[in-house]
Amino acid sequence: MTNDAIFTKVQAIIADQLDKEPAAVQLTTDLKNDLAADSLDVFEIINEIEDEFDVTIEADDPINTVADLVDYIGKTA
Amino acid sequence: MRISQTAAFLPPKTVPNAALTPFFDTSDEWIRTRTGIATRHVVTRETNADLALAVAQRLVTQAGCDPQALDFIIVATMSPDYQTPSVANQVQGALGATNAAAFDVSAACAGFVYALDTAAGLLARGATQGLVIGSEVLSRLVDWHDRRTAVLFGDGAGGVLVTAAGPAPVSRLRSFGEDWARLTAGGAANHSPFATGPTPAPMFAMDGRAVFHFATQTVASEVQALLDGAGLAPQAIDQFVMHQANARILSSLAKRLAVPAERFPSNIATVANTSAASIPILLHELAQTGALPTWHHLVLGGFGGGLNVGTMLLTQP
Repeated sequence: MTNDAIFTKVQAIIADQLDKEPAAVQLTTDLKNDLAADSLDVFEIINEIEDEFDVTIEADDPINTVADLVDYIGKTA
Repeated sequence: MRISQTAAFLPPKTVPNAALTPFFDTSDEWIRTRTGIATRHVVTRETNADLALAVAQRLVTQAGCDPQALDFIIVATMSPDYQTPSVANQVQGALGATNAAAFDVSAACAGFVYALDTAAGLLARGATQGLVIGSEVLSRLVDWHDRRTAVLFGDGAGGVLVTAAGPAPVSRLRSFGEDWARLTAGGAANHSPFATGPTPAPMFAMDGRAVFHFATQTVASEVQALLDGAGLAPQAIDQFVMHQANARILSSLAKRLAVPAERFPSNIATVANTSAASIPILLHELAQTGALPTWHHLVLGGFGGGLNVGTMLLTQP
């Protein structure tokens, strides 16, 4: 899967979870600082992504921006 | 096994979110949105055994049962007053339940389901009735300077009187000891003059993300496996009486199991997370308010430190 295709799915998951317009979710978007996601929102997003892409995101992996998620999935999925 | 009585006891002192602001940087809004908790009960002078005994007395009084007719008293707890005796022994002595076997079960927030499953085993082998109580004084384990965890917990006790009637419950007990360090509390200091090792941390510590992952994904798949084994769909369950860890965990579980959120009743707003006591306290509230009307299938689910998860399907003919 290309990173573009991954991004499109991740964008939809985050927008749905945080009740935002997809356009508000870009690669450089920081989940907590830009979208006001709290820690449990981030956990939920990670849950959804693990289901969608059949990957396991370890608790020690730092996830701040949308690009962090897309890169992680691109490397492991 | 039949649950013939339910009871709960909450210490009278309540601590609303706003009362926590002197201890650390937090706010009512911050706590509510992340946890669903508005207030909790906290002991002042009461011990764990005091809370458990209050529940035990209510159960036998309601049932009109002679304490000497009890075959067992099992207390699920992660915050006993002593390493020995067990809380159950203290309750037994105060209650005068001289014929009961008394012991505690330590499986943290899954403890009540583990204890209830143990009771079902005793009843299947000839016991006629006994008490199963979840009782916690978590305020003694909490780090009152850590806003991530101190806001989560409350003290309280709940329990049931069970009798040998009807079918045995279907249950699944699963443990994940490889993840034990994700959630720890109550590390015991070694006062021996020969001790050189590090002291396990006494205060509550949790890897939030790992535990959230466990509480949503693993618990949902455990409930699904329990129901698959019984040949039932989640939609056939009247109520899911789950450990009250966090309101958002409950809504995530409902979503994952594709059942309406109303089937996951919650009292976390008023009692917070009371670990092993949370399921029986909620069960009693539901029974008292008539919110457990004519249930046919009930699922109990506890999950937490260990890591442990216990799920049980109770069916009424």
